[in-house]
Amino acid sequence: MNAPNQSGWRPTMTLDRRDGGGTATGNRALMLEEPLIFEIGNTHTCGVDLPEPSTRANRLGGMARESEIGLPGLSEPETIRHYTRLSRQNYAIDLGLFPLGSCTMKHNPRLNEKVARMPGFLDVHPLQPVDTVRGALEVINELAVWLIELTGMHGVAMTPKAGAHGELCGILCIRAALEARGDPREVILVPESAHGTNPATAAFAGYRVENIPATAEGRVDLEALKARLGPDVAGVMITNPNTCGLFERDMKAISDAVHAAGGLVYCDGANFNAIVGRVRPGDLGIDAMHINLHKTFSTPHGGGGPGSGPVVLSEALAPYAPLPFVTRRADGTVELIEEENAGAEHPHTFGRMCAFHGQMGMFTRALAYILSHGADGLRQASGDAVLNANYILRSCEDLLDAPFGASGPCMHEALFSDKDFAEGLSTLDLAKGMIDEGFHPMTMYFPLVVHGAMLVEPTETESKAGLDQLILALRSLAERARSGDESLKTAPHFAPRRRLDETLAARKPVLAWDGPLAPAGTPTLSEQGGS
Amino acid sequence: MRYLPLTDADRGEMLSVIGASDVDALFADVADEHYLKAPIGVLPLHASEMAVEQHMRRLSKKNLAAADAAFFCGAGAYRHHVPATVDHLIQRGEFLTAYTPYQPEIAQGTLQMLFEFQSQVARLYGCAVANASMYDGSTACWEAIAMAGRVTKRRRAVVSGGLHPHYVQTAKTMAKFTGDEIADALPTLQAAPDNDALIARIDDQTSCVVVQYPDILGRLPDLAAIAEAAHAKGALLIAVNTEPVALGAIKSPGELGADIVVGEGQSLGVGLQFGGPYLGLFAVRDPKHVRQMPGRLCGETVDAEGKRGFVLTLSTREQHIRREKATSNICTNSGLCALAFTIHLTLLGEAGLRKLAAENHRLACLAADRLSKIPGVEVLNDSFFNEVTVMLPTDARPIVRELADKKVLAGVSLGRLYPGADALARGLVVAVTETASEEDIETLASALEEAVQ
Repeated sequence: MNAPNQSGWRPTMTLDRRDGGGTATGNRALMLEEPLIFEIGNTHTCGVDLPEPSTRANRLGGMARESEIGLPGLSEPETIRHYTRLSRQNYAIDLGLFPLGSCTMKHNPRLNEKVARMPGFLDVHPLQPVDTVRGALEVINELAVWLIELTGMHGVAMTPKAGAHGELCGILCIRAALEARGDPREVILVPESAHGTNPATAAFAGYRVENIPATAEGRVDLEALKARLGPDVAGVMITNPNTCGLFERDMKAISDAVHAAGGLVYCDGANFNAIVGRVRPGDLGIDAMHINLHKTFSTPHGGGGPGSGPVVLSEALAPYAPLPFVTRRADGTVELIEEENAGAEHPHTFGRMCAFHGQMGMFTRALAYILSHGADGLRQASGDAVLNANYILRSCEDLLDAPFGASGPCMHEALFSDKDFAEGLSTLDLAKGMIDEGFHPMTMYFPLVVHGAMLVEPTETESKAGLDQLILALRSLAERARSGDESLKTAPHFAPRRRLDETLAARKPVLAWDGPLAPAGTPTLSEQGGS
Repeated sequence: MRYLPLTDADRGEMLSVIGASDVDALFADVADEHYLKAPIGVLPLHASEMAVEQHMRRLSKKNLAAADAAFFCGAGAYRHHVPATVDHLIQRGEFLTAYTPYQPEIAQGTLQMLFEFQSQVARLYGCAVANASMYDGSTACWEAIAMAGRVTKRRRAVVSGGLHPHYVQTAKTMAKFTGDEIADALPTLQAAPDNDALIARIDDQTSCVVVQYPDILGRLPDLAAIAEAAHAKGALLIAVNTEPVALGAIKSPGELGADIVVGEGQSLGVGLQFGGPYLGLFAVRDPKHVRQMPGRLCGETVDAEGKRGFVLTLSTREQHIRREKATSNICTNSGLCALAFTIHLTLLGEAGLRKLAAENHRLACLAADRLSKIPGVEVLNDSFFNEVTVMLPTDARPIVRELADKKVLAGVSLGRLYPGADALARGLVVAVTETASEEDIETLASALEEAVQ
């Protein structure tokens, strides 16, 4: 790939006192610039004490490595400092309000981290004999029971590794069920407002994707949907509450119509956090729904995963669920069903979706979260999430256009548009202004059905004082956007970086360090300045 | 409830701003017969931190932790010592509680870490470009097969008998729905993998050849010969590695001619965790294949002041832009596991990884020699890194169970991996990492000796 860009800050950069605020190191007090490990590490440094290799002959069958890999090493203190400095360039839920619509950035309790690290969970191999992992199987089963009860469904597939993997699991269950009755069908209907993973999943499973139209008030157009149903439609994928932040009032009628036409109903459960303990998808005729444990049940997002996407299933789809899974016998023991015993126990399974048993480390965290809340706390959490979103909606809608504000209360997220912004100012500008105000921006330009969409999801984690500060910022930014404040166009002004050139990144991709490592004898990090 | 900051007074004030009588009124769009008016009765109510911790600890104690046993399980998941620094750093809230870095101005920490991670993985695999991670090795393997189909416009994957059976099953499940053909095979119990038989199965309809290196039995196939044969037929070579520590001792798949290299990164930083979350690694040798890759990519750029910075890039391959035309439906990946991996590998560096690999290999050689001295027990492998297959005189599964009762986790039986394949039933895959002491090896050997008598 191309050589790294030659402009910009480098560890070797010398004195720069532009605007009077420059420093010799490039650092600014607590804001410390940090080189790449390739610029400060070398192949000789090691931060772990290990025995020197013996000279014994190897049994690597002629495959012994001869060339250098080119991996830089750092000592332990340098490592701690490198990643600590990097961490400080991140926004995070621990730092402040993170109103990223549809992504559900809620508090991550540290009890859950502690539980996941108990040796009996952390230090257990997935293929140990079953008798040595009964506790792990009980965790899976206990969580499964909660998920089934909270959703009013028949069964749950626990192995999918994230939401999109869960979607795939649900759609494959639908396909397996239809094939089993000799009626494969070709089309999956997806609303335009759906998450991008929905059409990607349906296409991956071999279906043709067609759009379902929406009504002016932001919900699925039931009549249009009914008109499109027919013998070629395998099913629908509907998000409920939907991505406009509204509850699909006609969900049961939609399910009934799809079922009457011989299809099945997939519900994207990304927004299940709005209705936990208040509405059971099973009561609405849903056949399959994934649950993002990293959204609704607060397993940490970790800068982009890992997630976990168990899929609850109706009686019609449960027989096709993937392997392996855990079941509780009448005598109370939990049993692992894998390829070996599937023939007798679960003959219609569509197969295996991944190695081993799913995201155990997320199961322990989610179960600790669920047990802490209990049935009452979970219900309170969904209520507070919806209350907080409506409070923002009604506190801002005079300044920020709320396209579906008249459609009734929103669920857990409030949707705004860029309708009254001055010419030349966009949703992006307002969002970047949020950064300067000390907030993570809301979700931008999604759902696609609203022009310049801004989707604000505060979650139940926020106090009223926190919400009031967010509202203050949103109102100020809305006024600046309406009045054409040019300074918004170059926001953020106070972040570790100004707006980044994404076009350059895509046009001339630099996707890996291509230069040499720091030569031996390169000053250590602390000697290079900054500490 | 300790996680919910609103007071009843707050709720009342907020409801009056909204103009609603109570919270239930906000759910007016839910039909009355579908709205639950009270907490679900069969489920317990909230519990204190102490009570939850005690409950979970009780469950955890029903498992036999690796540290409490002589431990030799591998077969796709390996126990390595993870420095305390790794777990401390990944628990920093700025990493742990951040989202996918879609707002690069306030996510440079995650983005720079991903750029470093991609660079490390590319070097380790001998490739030009690695992505920002997949779910795990098995799903990365299927994604590689799907990608090879897009590149070659062919639909037949020839899979070596040495590929982890869960990876094979995962690919076969997916292929059933996409219309691809997965031509798989059982492993043959030979001292070296049967390259000739694999090569003979490649034809001009083959999109890719999938070879695990080291393979499920611990053997080291000669990837270069397979690469040459695959390329001669216009097929890609996909190399699968489930033990990244091995690459500190053996040649990288990229330098041997593999076109796509995928694997499981769990060994470095992540821990066993009963199978997940793990870390899928995905890399391509030739940069021209980048636009067919699945998953996120982080790239270097500059900001408005000319300072270096990093962004997610080439996202026109991805589902949130391309929707049904995306290269994959993957969204959330394994960000925090990638962080653990990259920190562990930075602590090790080149010198540390090589020493760690050498120590694993030394102990595995020691174990192989010791186990082969047991009457009736035979070591299958000519070549291996830290994992060998031993053939026992009888079915290995009951012996593994029997040894577990004595707190010896002897390995993974081929009977567990290949249920129903009677010809394999006597095989036991034994992994030996730096966490096994020479005393543990002796414990395993004596226990096995007693069990097979």
